[in-house]
Formats: sequence, C-alpha cells, structure tokens
Amino acid sequence: MGRKLLLEHIDVSGIETYDVYRNHGGYKSVEKALKTMSAQEVVEEVQKSALRGRGGAGFPTGMKWSFLAKPEGVPRYLVCNADESEPGTFKDRFLMEKLPHLMVEGMITSSYALGANTAYIYIRGEYMFVLDILEKAIAEAYAKGWLGKNILGSGYDLDLHVAPGGGAYICGEETALLESLEGKRGNPRMKPPFPAVKGLYGCPTVVNNVESICAVVPIINIGADEYLKIGTEKSSGTKLISACGNIARPGVYEIELGLSVEDFIYGDEWCRGIANGKKLKALIPGGSSVPILPAHLITSTAAGERRYMSYESLSDGGFASGSMLGSGGFIVFDEDQCIVRNTWNFARFYAHESCGQCSPCREGTSWMEKVLHRLETGKGNMRDIDLLAEINKKIEGNTICPLGDAAAWPVAAAIRHFREEFEWHVTHPNDAITRNYGMLKTPSITL
Amino acid sequence: MIKVTIDDIEIEVAEGTTIMNAARMIGGDIVPPAMCYYSSLPGTGGKCRTCLVEIAAGSTKDPRPMPKLMVSCSTTVQDGMIVKNRTSEKVIENRAAVVEFLLINHPLDCPVCDQAGECDLQDLGFSHGKEGSRYEEEKRTFEPIDIGENIKLHMNRCILCYRCVHVANELTDQRVHGALHRGDHTEISTYIEKAVDNEFSGNMIDVCPVGALTDKSSRFKSRIWFLNPMNASCECKKCSGKAVVWMFGKQVYRVSVRQDKYGEVEVEDGKPNWICNECRFDKKDVSNWNIEGPRHIDRHSVISQGHYEKPNPLKNATKNIE
Repeated sequence: MGRKLLLEHIDVSGIETYDVYRNHGGYKSVEKALKTMSAQEVVEEVQKSALRGRGGAGFPTGMKWSFLAKPEGVPRYLVCNADESEPGTFKDRFLMEKLPHLMVEGMITSSYALGANTAYIYIRGEYMFVLDILEKAIAEAYAKGWLGKNILGSGYDLDLHVAPGGGAYICGEETALLESLEGKRGNPRMKPPFPAVKGLYGCPTVVNNVESICAVVPIINIGADEYLKIGTEKSSGTKLISACGNIARPGVYEIELGLSVEDFIYGDEWCRGIANGKKLKALIPGGSSVPILPAHLITSTAAGERRYMSYESLSDGGFASGSMLGSGGFIVFDEDQCIVRNTWNFARFYAHESCGQCSPCREGTSWMEKVLHRLETGKGNMRDIDLLAEINKKIEGNTICPLGDAAAWPVAAAIRHFREEFEWHVTHPNDAITRNYGMLKTPSITL
Repeated sequence: MIKVTIDDIEIEVAEGTTIMNAARMIGGDIVPPAMCYYSSLPGTGGKCRTCLVEIAAGSTKDPRPMPKLMVSCSTTVQDGMIVKNRTSEKVIENRAAVVEFLLINHPLDCPVCDQAGECDLQDLGFSHGKEGSRYEEEKRTFEPIDIGENIKLHMNRCILCYRCVHVANELTDQRVHGALHRGDHTEISTYIEKAVDNEFSGNMIDVCPVGALTDKSSRFKSRIWFLNPMNASCECKKCSGKAVVWMFGKQVYRVSVRQDKYGEVEVEDGKPNWICNECRFDKKDVSNWNIEGPRHIDRHSVISQGHYEKPNPLKNATKNIE
C-alpha cells in the first residue's frame, strides 16, 4: 500500500466537519507556517519539494509562486482553480466534497506564503453542492479564528471567498478564469503579461489547482525533504488519479508517483483489471486533452522500458509514442470501444467549449467535429483522414490559449495510433452505422 | 532604442513597440495583415491570428528561436530580435490556414455585399489565401438583424474580430452590444433589438473589416468603386467634422471616416478622427460639406482603380528625368 498524504483520513466518518478534521491533525500546517516560518520560508519549502502543478500542465508550483511580482501597495491574490471540467477528471470534486477543510487549510497556508490577504476559490458552476460544503467549512474556519483578522495572533489577515463559474470549460484556463471572476465574459487573455504580474483586477495573482493547494498542507507538515522521498526524482509526492472507463473498480486513488502503469491497472489495491475479462485496447492517462496510447505502449515505452505513473515516464517518447500525466483523468478502453467514436465525442466537447475568440480554434474545432461525425457515421472518405491531420496541425500552437492544443492532440494521436480504424469506417460504411461498440444502442445523432 | 530585423531589414524602434508597428514603420510588403488589430483601439489584437510571424531569434541575450509562431500585433520587440514574415514558409502556410478557417463560415456573398471592394477579408484572401476550400459541411447561418436605427448586422459575414466591441468601449459610456454564446456559434448581438443608439455608434461600421456591419442609409445604393471619395469637412460640435464623402455626380451616397492605408481611422495630434452619427447618416447633401479635394485611397483592391487624383508634380518630374 502506497503512502497517502491527502486522503490519509478519508475513511474517518465526519471528516468533513471541523472538529473531526482538527482532531486528526487538521490546521497543523497553518499553525506551523504562521508561528514558526516566514512567508518566504514557506515558498522555499514548496520550491524545494519540487511539487508540480496538479492541474494538467505540470508546471512547478514553487517556481510559479516565486514569479509573483510584489510591488508596494498593490494587493496580491491567490485564486484556486476548482473549475475542473476535463472529461475523465473528477479528483478535485472528490477532494473538496470529502475534505473541504483540507482545501481551506491549503488556501490559508498558501495565501500566507504569497502574502495574499484575499483569496478566491473559483468553482465549476455544476458543482453547486460542493460550493455549499465549502462555504460551510469556511464559515466554521471563520468561527474558529482560522480566517479573518489577525489569524492566530500573527497579524496576518485573510478573507476567503468561493465564486461559482457559469459552467464553461474555458474558464479553467487561468486568464479566462480571472476574466470570469471579474464578472466578464470568460475569454482567455493574451499572454504576456502573465497573471503573476497582472492578474485579477490588474494585480499580481497566482492561480493554482485544488490538488496543488491541498498538497501544500502535507509538504509543510512533513517537510520538503520527507516529501521528496515519495515519488520519483522528477515527480515528487503523491497524485490523485481519477480512474474510469472499462475497469473493474473505477474511482479516485491516491498513488505515489512512480507506480507502474501495469500495477495501477491490474493491481488489487487500484483498478483490479479490465472489467468483464476483456482485453485492454487503449488508455488516456491524463484527461481528454492528452494523446491516447495504444495497448502496446501502455505498460512499456517504445524503447521497451516499463511505463510508470509519473510526469517523465508517461511523456517518454514525446507525442510520437508517449502521452502526458495531465490532470490524472485515467480513461481505460477495452477491446469493444470504438476510437473514432470516442475521438468524435471529444471533438464535439471541444467544439462546444471553444470560447470563440481566436479563429483557428473557433472554426477549426467545429470543422474537426463535423468531419469526425461524418467518418463515424460512415459518410467519410479517405481524404477526410488526412484533412483531419492537416486541420489539427494548423490549430496546434496558433491559438491564444491551450484549448486549441488540447483539442488538436487527441485527434492527432488517435489518427497516429489507430489509423486503420478510421480507414475501416470509410471502407465499411454500413457496419460503421449499425455496429454498436458496447455503448448506447441508438447513437444520439441524426444519421 | 532597440534594433530589430524584420525580413532582413533592420530598424531601430523604441522599447515596447510591437512587431506589427515596427513593420509598419518599415512599410511596404513586409507589414503583416491585420484583421482584428486596430491601433486606435486599445485591447484589440491577438484574435484573428492572421498576423502570425516566425521569430528566428528572440533577442541578443537569448538568441533561441521561439517554438511557436507569434502574433505580431501583441508581441513586443526585443533588442536583436529577428522576425521572419514573408520570408518564412511556415508563416505563409499557417496564414493560408487562418484564411481558410476564416472563410469556412463566411458566406462569400461578395456580389451582393456592400463591403466588396473595400473588404479586408477579400484583400487577405487574395494575398494570402489558397484557391478553393476543403470545407464540405454546411455553414452556420444567422438572419440579418438591425442592431440600431442606422446599422444592419449580417452575422454570417462576421469574422469575430471584436473591433466593434472595442470601439463601443472606447467611444461610448455603456456598451450595449457584445458577443453571445461561444465557439462557432458566437454572435455579435444586442439583447434588445435596435439597442445601439449612441451618437458615435456609426463608427462601428468603419472599423468592421468585413461587411458584417453596414450603413443602412447607403446599403445597396451603389458599388463602392463607382463612387468618388472626396475629403470633406463640416462644422460639427460633436466630432472633428473631418470625413470622406463618397459621391456620384453631385449626390452624396455615403460618409465615412478618413482611413489610412491600413484601413484604420486617421489620427491627428494623437486623436482619432471619429465622426458622429449626424455627420455620417444625416448630412447627405453636398451643401452640408466643404469639399477639400479627391481622396487618395491606398488599397490594393479594385476601389483604388479609376479614381482621379491630385496631380503629383514630383512623380512626373522623375519620369521626365528617366
């Protein structure tokens, strides 16, 4: 059994209430940070822990914090990105729903490190019930003196607010999130300037994922040196993986980074193999935006080495034969699943969620969706497959924010690894319409 | 002052200048096309992606090339930066792709569009596009609507440059139109029909690079290249009164702002010469205007053909020497 840092007390009943949480070592990191450490020391500790952003991009959190501009007389903000909307990712919801006080504790410690006196949790609009849970936890924290003026007599003030989004995937992009938080249309901003210099209301802002902020708590509690011992050299610590798809036991698991992919899929502690005794066909290891991996590249890399659940091992081989750890949305496909249909489903999602600001993404994502729909329903031709590859090359890298890349990568990878399946749809149009890959009997599309 | 090289031409510019403005200082063919950037409107740029350029060297300090193409309208130059615009095949290829993207939902109804002849998208398609489109699907369509008493919106033609949104931010206290929905269903609209009634709202028509916003007082009256553009001015309390009147014989068909060669409003003493709705829509008699002389239209398209201009003695002089 791997070490658990975030979900250590998840099975304790009533852990979502203040008293139980406090009895199980809650708010210790706040005590330690505010009483014994300077803000700079907390930042250095997080930097030393080599914690990488858990939202998807994997940018070192400590480094992000160190970039924060600190001009005199200008407020600084910490914003928690809880707009988790990536298909296949549901770890943040689990954390906030089950351990709301861990979230609040992480926010206090992190805000203290950054010198922010106001912090926001921007939560996905569909998570309204989680918002209620968080607000209850925040009210308890205020009542017990963990929030508000002069926390623990240290002279440090913090106000924490929860703001719900309107249900747009794009608002998970940090600058679009800030626009939305300011009450505007959630369109990503041009970068530079980065939020660390000019963010919320034009002030220096740090935007971090829920899990990154929660991970600060154990880092401060056990110390960076201890934290570094967990995981691998380049991927320290633990990570929540939300496993779903055709596995025997889907759910949210906390793993030590560096666990082998094979163990994770087939191990008894985790997914317990493919459901119904089927064979493994493909894997998306980090949420819908990352490239899909075919069966032969899942448990071992192209070079024949074992594949591990870590930032460096999953991206081994680049996009040609690797993928990304991303946000930890682990989607497993068995032999019955249709890759074309799945790719179309993702393309439909991105076409729907593109903000409509820059032209390659706005027009390109819906074009890809239409071409994939045609292929999936047996109306495509061989030219369409090349056309798709061509379109996604022209979207990738040419857009304001990473949504364009996120829309292009899964399509590119599906064509790269499963081209014969696309061709099968062209050569067997009737079968493509009538076959049913274990999904809904009648496709919800007009044929 | 810092040095930057664009398409092998070196120029010294002030710090903080964008690549686009540095290129405009050099002028000529190396200026990247712009569909959304408008220098008089802060906040514009970065959306259409037609001004993408390759950066072969970031700066003298860090001469690594940038991995992605950058938008020249929003990227500021660094000392020693080497920019490739027309000399980069990657740029030409990606720009052609952007043109294709912009055109997939564009109705291409130029034969009945009032903007034809002075349309930035026509020029862009001609200079950077490829012939034909690979788009076989149905285009998304909208019905034309009145967004104000004087302005017609053809959302089908819109390329979502957001210039009209920025001009409303700039010239009016309260913007009443904006983008609704998202993705390729995004539309520029008002919640309440005919809501746009600000007295400077007509400038939205001039900043629109395509025929999405047209002047209801002049639409379908005449093709633009049959009209004679004249510099004209009038006494106006609200605006500068400096405009271009488009005449056929002695009849004024249309009034617009004075645009420079990049299709942007002329700036005098740091102030853009926007005109008010009264000058634009109501002064349709030649007696309202003090005609200064023919207007030189510096565009590649058909509109600059067949216009008479003030004779340029210098031009003839050089010819004689040759």
